[in-house]
Formats: sequence, structure tokens, C-alpha cells
Amino acid sequence: MSVTLSESAARHVSNFIAKRGKGFGIRLGVKTSGCSGMAYKLEFVDDTHDEDLVFDSHGVKVVVDPKSLVYLEGTELDFVKEGLNEGFKFNNPNVKDQCGCGESFNV
Amino acid sequence: MALLQIAEPGMSTEPHKHRLAVGIDLGTTNSLVASVRNGIAVCLPDESGRTMLPSVVRYHVDGSTETGLGALKAQATDPRNTIVSAKRFMGRGLKDVAHVEAMPYDFEDGPGMVRLRTVQGVKSPVEVSAEILRVLRVRAEASLGGRLVGVVITVPAYFDDAQRQATKDAARLAGLDVLRLLNEPTAAAVAYGLDNAAEGVYAVYDLGGGTFDLSILKLSRGVFEVLSTNGDAALGGDDFDHRLFCSILERADIDPPSLEDARRLQMKAREVKELLTSCEEAPIHLRLGSGELVDVVVTRNEFADMTRHLVQKTLTPVRKALRDAGLTPEEIKGVVMVGGATRMPQIQRAVAAFFGQEPLTNLDPDKVVALGAAMQANVLAGNRAEQDDWLLLDVIPLSLGLETMGGLVEKVVPRNSTLPIARAQEFTTFKDGQTAMAFHVVQGERELVADCRSLARFELRGIPPMVAGAARIRVTFQVDADGLLSVSAREMSSGVEASVLVKPSYGLSDDEIAEMLKSGVEHAGDDMVLRALREQQVEAERVIEAAEQALAKDGHLLDADERAGIDAAVARLRELRAGSDHRAIKSGIDAFARATDEFAARRMDNSIRSALAGHKVDELEL
Ligand SMILES: Nc1ncnc2c1ncn2[C@@H]1O[C@H](COP(=O)(O)OP(=O)(O)O)[C@@H](O)[C@H]1O
Ligand SMILES: [Mg+2]
Repeated sequence: MSVTLSESAARHVSNFIAKRGKGFGIRLGVKTSGCSGMAYKLEFVDDTHDEDLVFDSHGVKVVVDPKSLVYLEGTELDFVKEGLNEGFKFNNPNVKDQCGCGESFNV
Repeated sequence: MALLQIAEPGMSTEPHKHRLAVGIDLGTTNSLVASVRNGIAVCLPDESGRTMLPSVVRYHVDGSTETGLGALKAQATDPRNTIVSAKRFMGRGLKDVAHVEAMPYDFEDGPGMVRLRTVQGVKSPVEVSAEILRVLRVRAEASLGGRLVGVVITVPAYFDDAQRQATKDAARLAGLDVLRLLNEPTAAAVAYGLDNAAEGVYAVYDLGGGTFDLSILKLSRGVFEVLSTNGDAALGGDDFDHRLFCSILERADIDPPSLEDARRLQMKAREVKELLTSCEEAPIHLRLGSGELVDVVVTRNEFADMTRHLVQKTLTPVRKALRDAGLTPEEIKGVVMVGGATRMPQIQRAVAAFFGQEPLTNLDPDKVVALGAAMQANVLAGNRAEQDDWLLLDVIPLSLGLETMGGLVEKVVPRNSTLPIARAQEFTTFKDGQTAMAFHVVQGERELVADCRSLARFELRGIPPMVAGAARIRVTFQVDADGLLSVSAREMSSGVEASVLVKPSYGLSDDEIAEMLKSGVEHAGDDMVLRALREQQVEAERVIEAAEQALAKDGHLLDADERAGIDAAVARLRELRAGSDHRAIKSGIDAFARATDEFAARRMDNSIRSALAGHKVDELEL
């Protein structure tokens, strides 16, 4: 069971945490809502909860709550550039169909 | 497809509901757009990686416009249609603009603001600025992958009401929602204060291309308070270029150059000035259109000598601002340097000598204003957690008052009052049976109305006839967080009221803005379709959200069937919203409104009933 970061994502995350000046790591999660069921959550982590699972990927702490993990198992978070836009992208093997927006999905 | 950014803990947004907000430094010389991404404020670059957009717009014969570096390069060849430093004309009449005679434009002194005749017809400075803002909006939307919910635009602290309003008008023309106008030095302090968690009294020394601003700020526990501001609206790096230009002409001993040669030499002067920041000397080798050769070398010391008076000139507003704040230079804990021109070593030396300490230069002086604006926009858009919310206090730069008998000014809101502010003062009638009273709102520090700027006039009618001096007329001045003013007058015994939202005399009328918006449409049909789509999408979102809130609160007013009907309507509208047909979404919204009409009516009844439940019946018979 694990969730990973691509090398490029890990580099960017550590850089952002360093500039932010604080933070334990990054939280990946899902929540219900959006135009097709589930939506991704990507946040800095200041405090972890007891039930959280913590993975280490390229030296970055990746925090996932157990409920989200069900939907995120095997996911790799990548950092990509598309034209002027740049940001993170979930490569999630559990996804059946996406909303096209990249932010919400069905399993 | 939207790429995700890292949110603050607990601050993830719903899909499609990112509150994308940016800060824009709309500079006289250069403009920048910045945003907080992944928790950090960054300036957004264009396709070539440049963050600075020269604030230059060129109008082409074929109806197209060019903004930025390309336009700047055409300055020498097409000066009349290439508008630089339009910010100097914002909200200004021809007589207010310094050195018009030296400018290559074909001015038209319109009613209020000056305008420029170009190959594309008469353009107002507001339109020119809007073009710059539009380019930055497009860049930001491409970089952030979505529509902006709002923007914080910075303005010099010395901008008066007319200039602030003109800036807001430009934003509106560019399709931007202004969350707030922010004083440039305040934005710089935001950038420094937050990054370094500094406490104490600071001076912000901002020498840009065309303006100089000095602000004294007090930072404590995340609260920024501007103690005083001062400056010179007609002093900046351009003046250093000009001084160098004149000196080159003298030394090269050439005839008065043609317009085009003058432009080229001026550009050369700017290059040399910037070069002298990092080099001890700079050579100029330029063959003019006239065939004459300019071949001189300028050293850093020579440049410092010939611009000494300009450097000294910046210190006068510094002294005044300190005096206003009741402080001595020793009481200033740090000096923040802002604006590209503060890179000049002679400036840094003079500032260090005046304050007896090295100024702060650890943030890029070109970017610091945009970065601070982005941080403020991020807060205003609601992207930060409650506990690290911070408050920002600004001051008004010029006193506001009313004309009284004999052309004198009665100040109601003194300069340097903290914003937002409301101040009231009582006036009375001076004739027996007087039923109307005229108010003239002015801005400025002088005692005579004639020496102040007229902002607005309005009248209070329907005052009950009384003996002179008996009526009590309370006039309230209210200045919002953007520094924009509304004034109202109320006769206390009868309650008659009148008010104005100050439409500065140099502002644009709504008709003019409507006209500009319309001509904008003609040039940007696609843009409008996209905009219409986004507007409808946002509206659909709003409607759905409202319905969901209503269901959560008053869902019990519906039976199962009715509830299912509304849920289905929500789902249908959601589906339409994800599509790209703005007309379909619009009719979907209308249909949705009809589907929820009955529910809305029932909620209304219900809330009226509960409101009345606490009253006795006889109380209600009026
Ligand atoms: N390295 C430098 N040395 C000296 N002056 C510089 C340097 N870089 C930029 N400038 C000057 O800074 C001014 C522009 O500053 P900026 O902060 O962008 O202005 P504004 O706020 O008016 O848009 C110009 O006069 C430019 O020549
Ligand atoms: Mg500036």
C-alpha cells in the first residue's frame, strides 16, 4: 500500500515547504463532491492526526488518511507544465472516468 | 485541464471553485502580475519567461494593438501611436500633466481627462491602462488555469480620488473585478512584513520610472498602519534618463536632434543609466539619422554628479513624511527600497546617509509591490485560514472637506486618517426660510477652495423652512478601503437626505465606459463569448450553492417528491454548467429558478411567520 511522488513533484514540494517556512509534509486526500463524485485534496501538513498514514517519497513526507487511501492506492503525484500553467497532477490507477477538469473523478 | 496547487491545511476548494486571485502592480514604466501559488507569492512570467511587462501600448493602423516590449521597441519609430507612461495621465487634465510640450503625443483635452489622438482614434488613458491590464489578465488566466475571482491593483499613495477611480475604470474595462486598490508602498511592506515578520516603524522609499513615494509604516503583530505618506508625482528614473540625455547632447555637441533621434538617444540614456548600476563606466556609440556620430563615455561618478539634485529632491518628501508622522530618521527601524530606480548606487548611498543605516534590498525592488498585492489578494479571496488573517490599515493621502462661505475649505477628514473612515460634521442654514443647501466637496491641503481639487457637488433639498442657524445638517464623509469617497447630508429634524458617491470630475462617465466596453467587444468577440460563458457558469454555481444552503436549512418544508424534484433540477443545472454553451446555461438557470419558486415562497412565508411570532398583534397595526 502506498502513494508516491514523482521526482519532479517531490522537488517542487520540498521547495514550496522550504519557502513557506514551515510544514511537516504534504497531504493527499479525496473528498466527495464536484461534478462527478470525488475530488482531490492537496494541502500542506502542519499537524498529522492519529489515524493518518505517512509515506516517505524522495525525502518528502506524504500524509494520507485511511479513507482516502482506499481511492488513492497506487497513485503517483506528478508536477507538470502545460503552456504557462504548471501544477500537480494525480496519476490515479483507480479512476474510471474523470470530469475532464482533472480535479474530480469516479471510481 | 486544471493543474492542482497545494492549499493551506483545511483550505482546499471545491472543484472548479478555486478562488484564483492576483495582485497587479500597474506601474508607470513596468507592470507585473503575481499570485500566491503553493503558499508562495510569485510573479507570473510570459511565454518568454519575462515577468515585467513594459507599460507601453502601441496602436497599429490595421486596428490591432501591441503591448509590452514589442510596443516599447516601436517607441522611436512610431512615437505618436506608442503610448508610454499612460499612468501619468490617469485622471488628469492637460494642465495637470508636466512637460506636455516634450511629449510626442497628439493630446486632446477632453471634458475631464486628457485624451490622445492615435491612428485608431481618440484613446483615453483609461483605455491604454485597460489594455495593459487585459494582457496581464490573459497571462494570469493562462498561468493559473482558470478565471480570476478578483484582483488587487496597486496605486501610488499620492493618487487622488480621480486617479483611483480611473484605475478602477480601467480594471473594469479589462474584465477584472477589483477586490481592492492598495497603495504601492503598503504592498511593499506587506511583502516584507510577512516574509520577515518585522515589527517597528519602517520607511518605504519607492523610486519608480515616473513617480516617487515615501511612506512611513508601522508594523506590529501583523497589523500594517500607514503613519504618513508623501512624495512627488513627477519624479522618477525617467528624470535620470532625461538628465543623462541632455548631458549626452551637450557633450556630443550635436544639433537639436529629430524626434526619432531624440527617442533613440533617450532609450540609449536609459540603457546607460542601468548599466552604470553594475559597471564603472558606459560607452555610447550611436550613429544618428542625421548622419552625426555620438561617441562619448560616461562614468558612474559623472552620472552621480549630474543627478545629485534629483537624488536630493527625493529627500524633501522624506523629511515631510517624517515630520507628519512626528518621527526623526533615527526612529526608523528599517528602510524598504522599492522600484527599479532604487538600484542606482547613488540612491542607495543617499538613503543610507539620511537614515544612518543600510536600506533593505533583499527582495527584488521591481517585484516587491506585485508580490505584496498578490498576498493581499490571496487573503481577500479567502484562501487563508482564519487564524492567520491579518488586517491592513491605510491612510488617505489628502484631506477632504467642504466649501464654506467665502470660498474657504472646512476640512472634514484630515489627511493621514486611517481607512476605512467615516466622519460627520454639522452645518446649518444661513438664511431665514432656506430650504436647500449646496455642497461642494473638495480635496487638498490648502485653505482656499480655488487651490484645492473639486471632487463633487450636490444639493440637499426639502429642508423645512426655519430661521437661519436653526437647521441641523449633518454631513457624513465615508471613505472605503480603496480610498473612494461618498458624502451624504441629512437634515436632522425632518430627516431629508441627499448624497453623492463621488464621481471625480476627472473620471469617466458611465456612458463613456459603456461605449468603451462596446468598442472592446468589437475587437474581442471571442473574449466576450468566453467571458459570457464564465459569467453564466459562476452564476449557475451561485444559484446551486444558494439552493443547497436553503435545502440544508429549510429542507423540512418539502415533502419527498418535491425534494426529489429540486434535487433533480440541481443535477440538471450542474450538468449544463459543465458544458460550454452560455445560452443553454442561462436558460437552465431560468428554468431552475422556476423549479424552485414554490420552495422559495414557502421559505419566505415561514420566516415571516417566525419573525412575527414574537410580536403581539396590536403592535403590527400601524
Ligand atoms: N539596474 C538598474 N539601474 C538603474 N535603474 C534601473 C535599473 N533597472 C531598472 N531601472 C529603472 O527603474 C525604473 C522603472 O522602475 P519600476 O519600478 O519598474 O517603475 P514604475 O513603478 O514606474 O513602473 C526605470 O526608470 C528603469 O530605468
Ligand atoms: Mg512601481
